[in-house]
Amino acid sequence: MNLDYLWENWRHVLDLTGEHLELTGIALAVALVFALPLGILVATVRPLSLPIMLTLGVIYTIPSLAFLAFLIPSLHLGKRPAIVVLAAYAQLALVRNIAAALRGVDPATIEAATGSGMTWRQVFWRVRLPLALPVLIAGLRIAVVTIIGLATITAWINAGGLGSLLFDGISRDYPSQILAGTVAIVALSLAIDFLLRLAERLTPAARAQRSTSGA
Amino acid sequence: MADVSLTIEPGRFVALLGPSGCGKTTLLKMVNRLHEPTSGRILIDGADIESFAAPALRRQIGYVIQQTGLFPHMRIEENVAVVPSLLGWDKRRTSERIDELLELVGLPPDDYRRRYPAQLSGGEQQRVGLARALAAEPSTMLMDEPFGALDAITRTRLQGELLQIHGRMGQTILFVTHDIEEAVRLADQIVVMREGRVVQFDTPLRIVMQPADDFVADLVGANDVLRRLSLIRVADVLQPVDIEARETIPSDADLRAALAQLMEQGTTSLAVVDNNMAIVGSVNLGTIEQASKPAEPVASA
Repeated sequence: MNLDYLWENWRHVLDLTGEHLELTGIALAVALVFALPLGILVATVRPLSLPIMLTLGVIYTIPSLAFLAFLIPSLHLGKRPAIVVLAAYAQLALVRNIAAALRGVDPATIEAATGSGMTWRQVFWRVRLPLALPVLIAGLRIAVVTIIGLATITAWINAGGLGSLLFDGISRDYPSQILAGTVAIVALSLAIDFLLRLAERLTPAARAQRSTSGA
Repeated sequence: MADVSLTIEPGRFVALLGPSGCGKTTLLKMVNRLHEPTSGRILIDGADIESFAAPALRRQIGYVIQQTGLFPHMRIEENVAVVPSLLGWDKRRTSERIDELLELVGLPPDDYRRRYPAQLSGGEQQRVGLARALAAEPSTMLMDEPFGALDAITRTRLQGELLQIHGRMGQTILFVTHDIEEAVRLADQIVVMREGRVVQFDTPLRIVMQPADDFVADLVGANDVLRRLSLIRVADVLQPVDIEARETIPSDADLRAALAQLMEQGTTSLAVVDNNMAIVGSVNLGTIEQASKPAEPVASA
């Protein structure tokens, strides 16, 4: 087992990393389009909270390979079914964390905002969301790392990305290629994790928090 | 909440007093429509509050709550500027107003503007809460136990400053409290509430001297002479100037303090002085004796 493959084909690995990142990004964007409204609903409309979370829980239990296989007849091979599956799997973690983040905002703060004359939207954009942001980004981090891992498997249906190195390496019995894929995936996950941690620290709420201990 | 009908004169400081669950906070929040009444109307300056969109109404009414409700992710200046920014004031006017308000509540702007709420003590945070509520010069202020979470010394100091601010600006203030002493100290009029109804709406003196029923009598501790005396201000029972009186007492002192001073100094009469040490009248043992008589509840309503 050595890293020869990585050194000799680093350009190829880099291309695949880009592809992997692209797939993750698109899946995350699609996931958020659904998860943000769902999370807001779960956080604010109590009766909807249980049915939504149960449904997402059920989706989460479907084995990923089975899910992919189901989608092949309608969406065929390639990126599209992969994006659907990745976005669907990310829902549970995203919605739960978005809801928890929004609920975690002190009700007294929300009441003060409303009582000051903010509309529902102003309360959301100026108070609720900024205060929820650190927890929200923490939830996003978990979801993104999950998507990056899962996007490895979608190479099986020709969605591309770093997973193709693993499947190739397995079929050609080429450990160095498998290792190259693994190293790249881990590096990508760590890098994204680091960037999101940084973003978390840069939110106004986190800065205000630090001002007390740092002062 | 049932059969509540109150008319409050502009510029009055009115306390809503009662035990928890009596509906005082609910009543307060109906005024800025955080709660909507199922029936009945509320008018401010003759205009039905239902005739405004709720957010527009709230921007005209100052609102202060116990937990301060400051926005933790915003600096003090941004907190104070919340309503002006909703009203679309320009930067310069807003900035001048922030300085003015922070000065008013005793927080030097240079020192405090750029800080975050968590860097302030509880008392300082409540000062910011007050400044934020005053920002757009509302003619009406709603205050929901604003000093309830503060230690006694800070609370007393802030009560004094609130009185000064009210004296200078003359807003109409509705102030929720469960503390009779606070109500007596601050308010021109007290609304005593119980189980969603108004039991008595009167001046502090009459609430203490002539409680409407046993419930109010209990609340003001009417059977405890010293407690009653502590709720009555010297100014409320002022007698004509007595040239015999040698010792002085400030007019905002309470009768219990006056009694203690009379006994300590072995006299029967004290000269009452105002803030400028000018003699405005007197208080004597007879006055105190009269005030200490257990008042029979007035025929209950």
